[in-house]
Order: sequence, then C-alpha cells, then structure tokens
Amino acid sequence: MTQTETPLAARPAQPYIRLDDDQPYVEGRRCTACDARTAAVHLACPACGARESIETYRAPTTGKLHAYSIVRRSYPGVPVPFVSAIIDLDDGLTLKGNLINVAAEPEALPIGMPVRMVFGDAMGRTDKDGASYVAFFFEPAA
Amino acid sequence: MSETVYILGIDMLKFGKYPDRTFAQLGGEAALGALDDAGLTIQDVQVMYCGSVFGAYDMTGQAVMREIGQTGIPVTNISNACATGASAFREAWIAVKSGLYDVALAVGVEKMPRGMLGAGHETGISLEGLFGSASMPAVFAESGMEHAGKWGTTFEQFAKVSVKNHHHSTMNPKAVYQKETPLEEVMGSEMIAYPNTKLMCSVNVDGAAAVVVVSEKKAREMGLGRAIRVLASALASDPWNPRNPIMPDVNGCTRLAAKWAYEQAGISPQDVSLIELHDCFATAELLHYENLGICAPGEAGRLIDEGVTALGGKVPINVSGGLLSKGHPLGATGIANMYEVALHLRGEAGARQVEGAKVGMTHVVGLGTAAAVHLFEKA
Repeated sequence: MTQTETPLAARPAQPYIRLDDDQPYVEGRRCTACDARTAAVHLACPACGARESIETYRAPTTGKLHAYSIVRRSYPGVPVPFVSAIIDLDDGLTLKGNLINVAAEPEALPIGMPVRMVFGDAMGRTDKDGASYVAFFFEPAA
Repeated sequence: MSETVYILGIDMLKFGKYPDRTFAQLGGEAALGALDDAGLTIQDVQVMYCGSVFGAYDMTGQAVMREIGQTGIPVTNISNACATGASAFREAWIAVKSGLYDVALAVGVEKMPRGMLGAGHETGISLEGLFGSASMPAVFAESGMEHAGKWGTTFEQFAKVSVKNHHHSTMNPKAVYQKETPLEEVMGSEMIAYPNTKLMCSVNVDGAAAVVVVSEKKAREMGLGRAIRVLASALASDPWNPRNPIMPDVNGCTRLAAKWAYEQAGISPQDVSLIELHDCFATAELLHYENLGICAPGEAGRLIDEGVTALGGKVPINVSGGLLSKGHPLGATGIANMYEVALHLRGEAGARQVEGAKVGMTHVVGLGTAAAVHLFEKA
C-alpha cells in the first residue's frame, strides 16, 4: 500500500495566534464590562467576574518593552543567549516573547523601548507529526 | 475558639542533599524534633498537616505518621508551590484557632529534582526560548527588571542581596552553605538570566521542618516559657493584574497578605524586628522590602546599599541566609522560615542573634500564585 504525503499546514504555536487571515495575528479578548484584556480564554472575566462579557479583537502589533531578562542558561538543547521580553501592546494587552534583532546587552534594552510584533516560523521546531509552527517575535520599532 | 494560638515546638533539619533518605524519614525526623522542643509526644497530637510539592501525590503525611506513630489522627497533604510549608502551618493554625483541636502538627518536607525549575507549558513543540523563558531565574529576573525600569535599581544592588544573605549563613550551621561571597564573586559568577547570576539563585536542596501549634489552654498547661504567640496568619492569591500570568506577579499577593497580616496583628511595619522573606532569587528580595511595607516604593535599592536589612541594621532580613544560601526545599521553606524567627524571639540564635527581637515576620510566595505572611512574638 502506498502512502501519499501531503504537506502539513503550519500550526499556531500559541492558541491565541490566528492563521485564518492573510496575515497571522494575535487574537485578544476584551471584557465589555470592565475593559480587562487577556490572551487566554476564561469562563468569566478574571478581572471583574462578569459572564458572557468577553469579545475578541485583533491585537495591535506595536507596543513597549516592559521588562526583560537576557537568558544565558536555559534547559538542555535550547539555544542561548536570547532576550526574554515582557511587552505591553498599545491597547494594554501583555505578551511574552523573544526580543530579536537587538544586541543581548542591557545597554541595548532600555525599558520602555518601542517594539513591533513580527510573525515567523517557530525557529524550525516541528512536532511529532512533522508539522511546522508559526510564532511571534518582537523587534525594536525605532 | 482559641483566642490566641501558639507555637510550642519547632525544628528543622540542616538543608542539603539526602539521596538515601525518604520524604517520610526527613519529615518524621523534623516532626520528632518539633515534638521534643514542645515537650509533647505524637500521642498528644490531634491533627496533622503535611506540606510537600514533589511528594504531594504520595500521601507523604501519612507516611510520616508511619515513621513516628500511627495514632489514626486526621492527616491532610498540602501543596501550594513555594507557599506549601506556610500553608500547612496555616491549616494547623486554623484547626486550633477554630477550637476543634488543642494540638496540631505541621510538617514541611521536600526532596528536590535536579536542574532549573519552571519548564514551560508545551503545545506540540517546546516553547522555551521561543516565547521568552519560563525558567524561574528568567521569570524573577524580569520582575527585577520591572523594578529597575521604574526605579533605576542596579545589577549591583541586586547582587548585594546575595552578598548579605551568604554572609548571614556563615553563622547558621543548618544552612547548606557557610561561605562568604564578595560582591565581585557574586557579579562575576555564571550569568544564568540577567541580572541573576548563579550565586543570585536559591539553592536546590532537600530538607524538612516541623512545628507544633497549640491552643491557649494547652500553652498555659505546658508553660509559656518558650512559647511563640502567632499574631497573624494571612494567605493571599494573585489578585487581578493585567500582566499576570503572562508575567507572574509576586507583588500583588504579597502586598495583600502583608496588609491582612498587619491588620490582624494590629501592628505596623515599624514594629517588626526581623523578617525571613522569599528571596528565591536576589532580584525578588528587593521587591518584597516594598511589598511588605519596610520602605516606600522605590527605596529598596537604598535599603540594601545602606545595610538596613543586614544583621546589625534596623530590620535584619534573612539572617538565616535565606533561600539563597540556607537553601530552598520548596515544601519545607515556609516552616523553616518560622524556625528561624522563633530562634530569635527566644534569644537562641547564637552568633546571628538579632538583639532585642520582639516581633518576627515570615513570608513566602508560591508562583501560580500564593503568598503567605505570618507575624509572631514571644509569649
């Protein structure tokens, strides 16, 4: 019996990365009662407890560096160094990601630095099915 | 209900590696030490709580009872990340405070896996190094850099925390390390996750600690001579914060628990003589100076520069050596902090005694997130 191989479609590396449009985007969730924003899905609003108050929206792709660490030792097999960054998007949604295209030095990483979100292949990582993944990264916007 | 609850006995094992001993043996030995310190036996204990993270699925509390006496009393196993030991203590406190029991035993015991904690959640692929880092050194580095971004706190100031706590532990025979680490050595050791170097990360060790908690009636019957009065027991979970849990928030729950503890005790931060707080990483200690109300927001860097929190300073912090140098066996840490405070309140801390210690505070944070704050005074 022969097996036909069809290329697997790339998968989102986070559940809130959406690939159903021309461009990948992050789907944020906003509470219409208190305006709290999250990326994760919850049963009710974690900020105010309101039910059925959540609407989804397309998250902006620009924001600011809130905090970071320059990671020089990680788990076995993870390439280092890399900049692990906490990013506040312009609308108030917070995401964590690698800050790329910047020197891994404190002097190059002023807190509050404007950044933009870019999407790309998940650093060549594939799952047991051989599928590739789409991830987001951040880079200096200036 | 019991108006006041007391610690009658408390003990801890020297933290270190115990590859040839079981959770139950370690916890049992600490429990026997606490019972001896209280002048009681297992026959006197009416309820027992056992805190452990890595032993949480194995009915460790009941296994401890098989080591020290199977009297059939109710045993409950507790797991609450790094707040596990303090949570076990708090359950014992509630049990006695409620009036249901006069004598409760809380045990915290841990055997730690090797390597860094905090592997990321997996989807179909590993996310570590793809969406930043979920390793504990990096997560707490980011909390420190948040403070640095806001207040200008420096790498050197964070490093001074390690210098101080390692110095303190040279006077603590139960700490895993008794070794001075000068500033250059701390800043020059392997960079794990900037600004946390290897010497700014807590030590993965095994350990156990245990405490006997009694009612006012039992304390008076046994004599108040070495008893420690529990002034407050507060446990808080992470309140809503727009960045949490993408960026785990150890501040909000600590502030909440501290506020409740001060209110319960009817005292203010100025009344506290010494603190054992959750220095899981050097970056974390400075945040908690402010979270616990020891100084105003933004002043933590100045406190460490001026030696305010060193032994001999106004509010000595982590005179045991802290998690950084005494070691951090997750489930045991909370009760070990109380052991240190009890030593000082009793005037039994030897070379590292905080002179005139009247009120002691303990604090732990378990990521996920739980914060416990307790206040104690000599009876």
